[in-house]
Amino acid sequence: MLEPLATNRSDKPVTSLKPLALIKGARGFSDRAIAWAFIGPTIALLLAINIFPLIWTIRLSFTNYRANKPNAPLRWLGIDHYSDLLTDPEIWHGMQVTARFVVSTVVIETLLGFALAYLVDRRFRGHGFWTTVILIPMMLSPAVVGNFWTFLYQPQSGLFNYIIAFLSGIDASSFQMIGDVRLAPWSIVIVDVWMWTPYVMLICLAGLRSIPDYIYEAAEVDRASKWRQFWTITLPMAAPFIMLAVLFRGIENFKMFDMVNLLTNGGPGSTTELASITLKREAFEKWTTGYSSAFAVILFVTIFGLANIYVKALNRVKQR
Amino acid sequence: MKGLASAHSIVEPGLFAKWLAAAIVILYALVSTVPLLWIVLTGFKTPPDSISYPPKLLFQPSLEGYVNLFTTRTRQTADFIATLPPANSWYEKLVRSRNMVIAGPSKYLPRYINSLIIGFGSTFLAVLLGTLTAYGFSRFKVPLKDDLMFFILSTRMMPPIAVAIPIYLMYRELGLTDTKLGMILLYTAVNVSLAVWLLKGFIDEIPLEYEEAAMIDGYTRLQAFRKVVLPQAATGIAATAIFCLIFAWNEYAFAVLLTSGDAQTSPPFIPFIIGEGGQDWPAVAAGTTLFLVPIVLFTVLLRKHLLRGITFGAVRK
Repeated sequence: MLEPLATNRSDKPVTSLKPLALIKGARGFSDRAIAWAFIGPTIALLLAINIFPLIWTIRLSFTNYRANKPNAPLRWLGIDHYSDLLTDPEIWHGMQVTARFVVSTVVIETLLGFALAYLVDRRFRGHGFWTTVILIPMMLSPAVVGNFWTFLYQPQSGLFNYIIAFLSGIDASSFQMIGDVRLAPWSIVIVDVWMWTPYVMLICLAGLRSIPDYIYEAAEVDRASKWRQFWTITLPMAAPFIMLAVLFRGIENFKMFDMVNLLTNGGPGSTTELASITLKREAFEKWTTGYSSAFAVILFVTIFGLANIYVKALNRVKQR
Repeated sequence: MKGLASAHSIVEPGLFAKWLAAAIVILYALVSTVPLLWIVLTGFKTPPDSISYPPKLLFQPSLEGYVNLFTTRTRQTADFIATLPPANSWYEKLVRSRNMVIAGPSKYLPRYINSLIIGFGSTFLAVLLGTLTAYGFSRFKVPLKDDLMFFILSTRMMPPIAVAIPIYLMYRELGLTDTKLGMILLYTAVNVSLAVWLLKGFIDEIPLEYEEAAMIDGYTRLQAFRKVVLPQAATGIAATAIFCLIFAWNEYAFAVLLTSGDAQTSPPFIPFIIGEGGQDWPAVAAGTTLFLVPIVLFTVLLRKHLLRGITFGAVRK
């Protein structure tokens, strides 16, 4: 599944184990016993808390099981749920809302994050301090902070509306970020951009710093313009890092739940109802456990595919 | 030396470029801090001040939000309050000046303590398992190593709501719903993937020669692990622990679906701090402030390792 890495240090011990084993003789436990004793518990825990439930989910997805009626007779439905899901307009609506949310947040965060990283990389005095200040939002709880944004967005008294009114002259109580069908999707995008632009910035910064100075020096000697240097050196060499940030933000926002659940809870109507919110409604409000399990399986498969690409990208970055 | 060398470098940005970059970055940093400052300020406002328009930047600071955060109160008539014995603390006086009496402590503190217990418990287990597993993957030839590492990572990628459906059923069968043990096990499982990936990176960086020398000197493999590798990996283990702690501290989706009382943590609790007629924003802000402060401190402590932590060890500086 993973390409072998030429520079991966973990390959080294394997070759040097043999002479060592000879020195060691029969003293202590064998390396093999230690390896399994060290790795076994983690695998066992993950099998119990991740894989066993996953198999259970797949099984339930073929039945009419409802978690609030555990004693009701269980009927086997085959793939009915899956065919229903793929034709359910609500599910498609949720997927569209999710796609729009993922694309708009990732595009804005990437542009803004890269621009900030580029500026921080000008290495002005105090850039370390300001970078740390910028990074703080991404470490905070999206749920708790998202909840507070409902206060900032209040049309009568919220700071956000006040600042917009102050800057643009529009009456502050004339628009509702959360209550308005057109503005609500942007309300969650704004909070996500605020929280996660620093994340993209940090990764892009690492990309920019991985470019050695001598390449720019050579370009200067060749009289390449700054503009040309940016497009032929900076961007291509930072690209794997940008890709990494994009993929990770994409996966994270595809499964976004906490911030949006507290900020809009999918509303107004279903304008911000992301896939995770739909899933929560089906599974824990309507209690259609079988149906929602099928939806969960579809989300699993999608994420698993994305994760696969992600790991490949990780390895490519690592090789540099 | 470094400064001198780069001052003459032709790739060093010009003074104007630096000045402009600094101005934009500092402006962004200040703007992005505004919501956080607003949380802290709102915590020291009275409820009427908190919802006044235009928003008040200057106000008479009050501890009413903090008092309301830690207490439950009942409204009484002024006549009734006059019959009570005199208030024996400043916060009782504050509450009575609003025609209320303190009915008892609120649930904020127990929820905060739950967050601490579940956070530290799951962090300890995840780092313990993660260190052993990372060492195993780093130093031994394990069949299907790459596939196992991918499997461990992929468990972290699953949407929490999708995972919560079967966990909810499983915990109901096992009696783990709304227990601290259940939440500790769940968060350990989620965090162990991060711990393994991060710690494998840290352990890979410890030269193998150290252990070999120790083993030639007569240490067994386990002694070498304990006395040579663990001290060398201490910084990495500490950084990993803080990342695990922050995840468990911030987690909301599992907490809101699987806990309701005894094991409820702060994130599902804070949004439902209600006063008379809706959310008590100064109390919510006070609760949010106390909840966020440890994370801000940890972020500052961690700044050198942040990059590694958020990319599962893929990008190292």
